[in-house]
Amino acid sequence: MSEDIWILGIHMTKFGKHPDKDTLDLASEAVMGALADGGVTMKDIGVMGAGNLMGGAGGIGQQLQKQVGQTGIPVYNVANACATGATALRVAAMAVKAGEVDCGLAVGVEKLAGAGLLAGGSRADNSKNWTPQGRQGAVAALDGRVGTDTMPGVFAQIGMEYGHRYGGTSFELFARISEKNHSHSTLNPLASYQKKMSLKEIMGDVMIAYPNTRPMCSANCDGAAAAVVVSDSKLKKLSAEQRRRAVKISASILTTDPWEDACQVLPNVNTLTRNAARQAYEQASVGPEDLDLVELHDCFATAELVHYDNLMLCEEGGAVDFFNSGAPWRDGKTPVNVSGGLESKGHPISATGIANIWEVCTHLRGEGGARQIEGAKVGLAHVIGLGNACGVHILEKAA
Amino acid sequence: MADQIPLVDYLVLGDNPHLVARECEQCGSRYFGRRNACAGCFGTEFKTVRIPDEGTLETFTIVAQAAPGIPVPFVSGVIDVDGTAVRANVVNVEPNPDKVTMGMKLRLTTFPIGVDEAGVEAISFGYEPVG
Ligand SMILES: [Zn+2]
Repeated sequence: MSEDIWILGIHMTKFGKHPDKDTLDLASEAVMGALADGGVTMKDIGVMGAGNLMGGAGGIGQQLQKQVGQTGIPVYNVANACATGATALRVAAMAVKAGEVDCGLAVGVEKLAGAGLLAGGSRADNSKNWTPQGRQGAVAALDGRVGTDTMPGVFAQIGMEYGHRYGGTSFELFARISEKNHSHSTLNPLASYQKKMSLKEIMGDVMIAYPNTRPMCSANCDGAAAAVVVSDSKLKKLSAEQRRRAVKISASILTTDPWEDACQVLPNVNTLTRNAARQAYEQASVGPEDLDLVELHDCFATAELVHYDNLMLCEEGGAVDFFNSGAPWRDGKTPVNVSGGLESKGHPISATGIANIWEVCTHLRGEGGARQIEGAKVGLAHVIGLGNACGVHILEKAA
Repeated sequence: MADQIPLVDYLVLGDNPHLVARECEQCGSRYFGRRNACAGCFGTEFKTVRIPDEGTLETFTIVAQAAPGIPVPFVSGVIDVDGTAVRANVVNVEPNPDKVTMGMKLRLTTFPIGVDEAGVEAISFGYEPVG
């Protein structure tokens, strides 16, 4: 058995609009914040996983080192859609777990404020001569002609499919999930939006892809998050205060889609999440009933519903009943997205898979302030990157 | 008719336009488009199979905001055609959640989407309500 690994330091920037900060400013703030939080410097770091999707120029990790500290360590620049942050963390976790280094760093950053619909781009004019192109021999753009490529549309279909299979869903039900997250974020000073929204406001807002209206979609924003991971033997040599605040990574899992019918027609976000959850619970030796809080990938209100089921927070097919019971509200049985989630806290893509871990760690450390989930000891953080990749981490308070 | 071209190569035109899939000889998994191997069993032999024209709506959304140049609203869906999932637009129906219903019976239909400089007409497909 390899030894335990721990989050020693972690930091998340304010999510929202940062017109005066560029990608490197935000990433530097997250990295220096995480190092300071853990009481270490770049000199202690043996490996770095870094993610940024929209910045354009490659090598975010090296660019970042040039700002915060060049020590010659290996950098792994990773990309896994919305699971990029979790993937960067997996790099650090794997290296520490493997014993190659005793201390690793992971960072994810995105400048996304003001970005419109993601994916799809704009439709090119019809060509002057129809020419079959690509793997399906398409003579024209397929988005909008053969279904939709937009994320709100894809995830709307995923939620509607769940409703078709198990019943009980409606436009209003999905809107109520969003109402919960917009209510939760009122207690989170780092959230993009901290404004409560009524069910009427949510349902009456601009329709993006039925049943998802604008506030039911993840909020594009700027932000970064970073984490320092250490081995158990390194942690033992650190101060009592560092050991007290360290958070145990009881499970760190990344999965992709196993082949099944239709998975190449409409993305199936269920099977790989279920597989990741099952592996994570087994690795951590905890069950869903042990979780004091969950941060899951509510990129759309329709997505949150299916993940109650995929993460086994309820019985199979029971996501609607689970929500209607009040369980995922912050005073419920299994609080979900007390940060406000992607719909209200915001979704700076590459930062998300570390920011959700920061949220869980903050509660486990008892540093959640007004939104603290009292007595939180175990939490789960989940992300999905379309394509697909799924990251699940289970975190536990130091004994 | 000679001067027509299908939007995608898995749409076969002619008197009875229909879709075709690539089916793995080894495990029967079906795909649309060119394949390198089977994602399920790693086999490399495929045959072309005809997809029936009628199916049922398994899920949908009504896209109200799309990339510039794409007419909205439109209905995007996944149709179960005798066990094979097909991604398509649902057409000839009002894009309204009261009019589009889960499990509704649908049928393949084709229609032109434009003519190029050589006079060739491109033909697209969608699924429309039956009856
Ligand atoms: Zn096969």
